[in-house]
Amino acid sequence: MDKAATIGAMAPGHAHEHEHEELGFWRTYVFSQDHKVIGIQYTITGLLFLLFGFTLMMIMRWQLAYPMRPIPFVGNWFGAANAPGGVMLPEFYNQLGAMHGTIMVFLGVVPLAVGGFGNFVMPLQIGAPDMAFPKLNMMSYWVYFIGGVAMLTGFVMPGGAAQSGWTSYPPLSDIATTGQTVWLIGMIFLITSSLLGSINFIVTIVQLRAKGLTFMRLPFFVWAQFVTSFLLLLAFPPLEAAGVLQLMDRLAGTSFFLPSGLVVSGRPLLVSGGGSPLLWQHLFWFLAHPEVYVLILPAMGIVAEVIANNTRKPLWGYRAMVYSVAFLGFMSFIVWAHHMFMTGMGTTMAAFFQTTTMIISIPSVVILTALLLSLWGASIRFTTPMLFALAFLPMFGIGGLTGLPLGLAPSDIHLHDTYYVIGHFHYVVAPGTIFALFAGVYYWFPKATGRKMNETLGAIHFWGSFICINFVFMPMFIQGLGGMNRRMYDGGAQYIHNAGLLKWNIVIGFGAWGLGLFQIPFIINFFSSIKGGKRVGDNPWDATTLEWSAPSPPGHGNFLTEPIVYRGPYEYSVPGADKDFTPQFEPDKEKPGQSGVGRGGQN
Amino acid sequence: MLNYLGLPAAASSHAGDIDHMLVLVHWLMLVLFVGWGTFFLFVLVRFRRGANPHASYTGAKGKFAKSTEVVVAIVEIILLVGYAIPAWAMRVQTYPAESDAVVIRVTGEQFAWNVHYPGPDGKFGRTSIKLVSADNPLGLDKTDPASKDDITTINQLNIPVDRPILIHLSTKDVIHSFGLYEMRVKQDAIPGMDIPVWFVPTTTTDDMRKKLGKADFDYEITCSQLCGLGHFRMRGFVTVQTQADFDKWLADQEKELRAGN
Repeated sequence: MDKAATIGAMAPGHAHEHEHEELGFWRTYVFSQDHKVIGIQYTITGLLFLLFGFTLMMIMRWQLAYPMRPIPFVGNWFGAANAPGGVMLPEFYNQLGAMHGTIMVFLGVVPLAVGGFGNFVMPLQIGAPDMAFPKLNMMSYWVYFIGGVAMLTGFVMPGGAAQSGWTSYPPLSDIATTGQTVWLIGMIFLITSSLLGSINFIVTIVQLRAKGLTFMRLPFFVWAQFVTSFLLLLAFPPLEAAGVLQLMDRLAGTSFFLPSGLVVSGRPLLVSGGGSPLLWQHLFWFLAHPEVYVLILPAMGIVAEVIANNTRKPLWGYRAMVYSVAFLGFMSFIVWAHHMFMTGMGTTMAAFFQTTTMIISIPSVVILTALLLSLWGASIRFTTPMLFALAFLPMFGIGGLTGLPLGLAPSDIHLHDTYYVIGHFHYVVAPGTIFALFAGVYYWFPKATGRKMNETLGAIHFWGSFICINFVFMPMFIQGLGGMNRRMYDGGAQYIHNAGLLKWNIVIGFGAWGLGLFQIPFIINFFSSIKGGKRVGDNPWDATTLEWSAPSPPGHGNFLTEPIVYRGPYEYSVPGADKDFTPQFEPDKEKPGQSGVGRGGQN
Repeated sequence: MLNYLGLPAAASSHAGDIDHMLVLVHWLMLVLFVGWGTFFLFVLVRFRRGANPHASYTGAKGKFAKSTEVVVAIVEIILLVGYAIPAWAMRVQTYPAESDAVVIRVTGEQFAWNVHYPGPDGKFGRTSIKLVSADNPLGLDKTDPASKDDITTINQLNIPVDRPILIHLSTKDVIHSFGLYEMRVKQDAIPGMDIPVWFVPTTTTDDMRKKLGKADFDYEITCSQLCGLGHFRMRGFVTVQTQADFDKWLADQEKELRAGN
């Protein structure tokens, strides 16, 4: 630990504070200000929430596959208020649905992708001793933690947890049970946490890059985190405001989202009225569309790192990828109303949002194409992280392509709110983003622990998940095209036009439960490798970026000597070099004409 | 392609346009996915470590990527300008005149669809939330002369074939979404708003039963937006009739109405 103190000069104020200071257990592992510990806290909390959110879905999938039949094994755990005799009630189904979405997005994927990987990897990749604001960083984690606990307490509230969907459209959410209040309080904490984190990320990337690390020498992962931070910083405040307004509608008798003249269950609703339900939708989607890119950009960043490393060659079109990711970030602010084509939109508005939606597909195509072309001429090592990173490409491809008919308003008439939408965004987020996150866990695990995860268990985890997850999401396109609506407690069994589509609910159910089983090798691998994995050195993957110059695991302050950057991030297989990787941190050898300048992104 | 998409049978005049778009977009998706997929599988095999122990620093050359992107952009522009924007304008700008159309009000509530016909006088009676009760879910004011001949039904929409149907959509409580899959119609019902939606049904329920060979077929109204615990059972039926049958149905309803008073 203390050997790292030698580079205290890099961030004077911060490092001095800790030099030679012995921290107790609580300040080392619990209320830590070290970006690596906070990153690991975020990672483990995020993974646990992903498991929990996925478990909710496995329970829902039983009700969809076998409507009104008692849930096996766990049916009796939920009590008579939720599942009398083990048979799920519609209220409980709606709670599970809303909480599944909320947990996966706000408590699982974003904290893992940004709080976990961003915190742990980004400062190491830019050669910084820590984040710019370590205390803010600690606060960000604990505010997130409180938000997560607040969300979960919804389940023990009278009437249960929030049940108006993860989108919480008023008036339904305004008149929902107490769980919705808790949901809003949880959201306000989560948003605050993201804001604290994003400011920290931006300042760190701008201020604390190592000597020689120009913006065009940044690893693509850092670029992805940089753009993501701007999205969080600028898109979340409107939702925070909207959350406060909805909270006031519920608690203080205001009517921000309630128009006059409502009649609920046969009785006029006693509110002042004059509000607009659509206002919430605009504020919500103004966040929630950039949020999609918050989910996907860090994943692209991880995939880019893993692909460059395992193809043993520079990324193809690094510059185009950087420009595309920045453009994606910008465009993501002006596509939000394509979620609202069915709310009564006129031609001009619809034309605008359809056009921006088609435009935003172009930089996504550029990034995907660049990653695909990076494979040409490669020498591919099929390591576990590479398997997940490679699978990301076609899976994200399916997710992106199926966005096209949804982004065009006339075809959206048929597909809106059907399972086609569910299939579409899950391909983006589940076998897309979450696979990339798994790639990241396997890839950086040696840096965090000094040990590698087991490759055999990794391969079982990958192949099992890859096959099962396609059985979950592919049939949803068939169901959606056939006109099966989402959020149906009985899986749509009431409707005549769904008759031929119900059998797929059983296929999807078994896909989901199988997917659950194939996470067991990962859980075993993750925990057993912390102490029992194969010991490795500082740079087990023969990688080029700065994090691999630090010890594994890095001590407090990260680097033994102040890192200096000499070249672009992906100088693999440089002609004339003595090995197939030339790290950013290795000084040039005295060889005229072989300075390592290349397409990989020098200067 | 249309047959492979597995769409519900089409039964409105504009359904063909939407299906055509769905087909075009899915062709584009298929071509791109098969193209990328083939390249992907090829490079995985060709450039595996065993087959290519030394990676190339320069990698792929040529303008292939740029031309793919340009082609994608051009196809998207064609879809947008040639199909999507005009087709959408047809739905939301060129409403039929009220005099030519069958005008109906549909009002969603947790968890039913209230259907309101103006009756022979062509005028909707006044409604008020103060008058809402179990047997008067719309709060129709019986003292208003225009309301005397108004017909109301729950979860049952009767419409004549080959006539423009203009529906004024609203809701009493939360957001619902009025989905008629065979008509390729979907429109959110938003509290505080009256949103018009129109279509021309082309096939009667009886003809569709014969065409599909399913005696139990019915056009359904689905609620497509989560509206609470009964969302899944917020189902209605649409009966598309010949003009003669529709007129007879209206007359029967009027008779019942007068008998009831």
